[in-house]
Amino acid sequence: MMISANLNTYLIISAILLVIGLYGMVQHRSLIGMLISSEFILNGAALNFMAFNRFVAPNPAVGQIYTLFIMGIAAAEAAIVISIIITVYRKFNSEDPEQLHDMKL
Amino acid sequence: MIVYKYIAEALFYAFVALTFMGGFMAIRSRLLMHAVLGLAISLFGVAGLYFYLGSPFLTMMQILIYVGAVCIIIVLGVMLGNTPDQLAIKNVTRKNLLLALLACSTGFIALFVATISRTEFIPATHKVGDMSIRFIGESLLFQYCLAFELISVILLTAIIGSIILARGGREEKVS
Repeated sequence: MMISANLNTYLIISAILLVIGLYGMVQHRSLIGMLISSEFILNGAALNFMAFNRFVAPNPAVGQIYTLFIMGIAAAEAAIVISIIITVYRKFNSEDPEQLHDMKL
Repeated sequence: MIVYKYIAEALFYAFVALTFMGGFMAIRSRLLMHAVLGLAISLFGVAGLYFYLGSPFLTMMQILIYVGAVCIIIVLGVMLGNTPDQLAIKNVTRKNLLLALLACSTGFIALFVATISRTEFIPATHKVGDMSIRFIGESLLFQYCLAFELISVILLTAIIGSIILARGGREEKVS
């Protein structure tokens, strides 16, 4: 049996993507690095949706629509987070998350 | 016929390797710009995986939205903000390395052992519709119309909110 036509392969890949995102979220020192890691977590979730959509689900449009919505949410989230980061740069002159204990701007 | 199958399988391994190498580059590289490049490579690999899951439409959308839009936004954010020197030299910290590795491996093992390897996922007996773009469009128009409208409102709110947030500091600087 081909490994690319197996549900467990995609589940393991998406679990590894989730773990990569978690690791980056802990280890990055900047807010933009944490944003990049959150994109990995969202991609793991989307890949999971698509895998179940292909192999298990009765209606093959549902998973694709969910993945499209995840992409839209991720684009909106990236735009807002980048503008927040630029505002934080202006006010604090740094993007070190350890200096942002209080969120007062 | 058999040869084509093996070529497709090799391409699948290549896409998986792209995904993991991009992810590794994004979390271990010292410069932020390299991390964004790693993110783009990894998202391209995931787009290839979507193709193997039978959806060329989502492959194109992944390349358009993620690689084309989100990565460019992040690159703009990296270039617009003035990164401090200590962050520009070394982006990732080694402070909680052991803790992070432990948490990640625990999460992965818990996911893998408890759910993936033990559960028998049973395919649905009868399927409605197909993977075509026409069926997705009809579902978006009729069944998921409310969610579609809501996500357009969310995108509009995000655009207006980010414009208001990002232009807040400019007036103070002028005056």
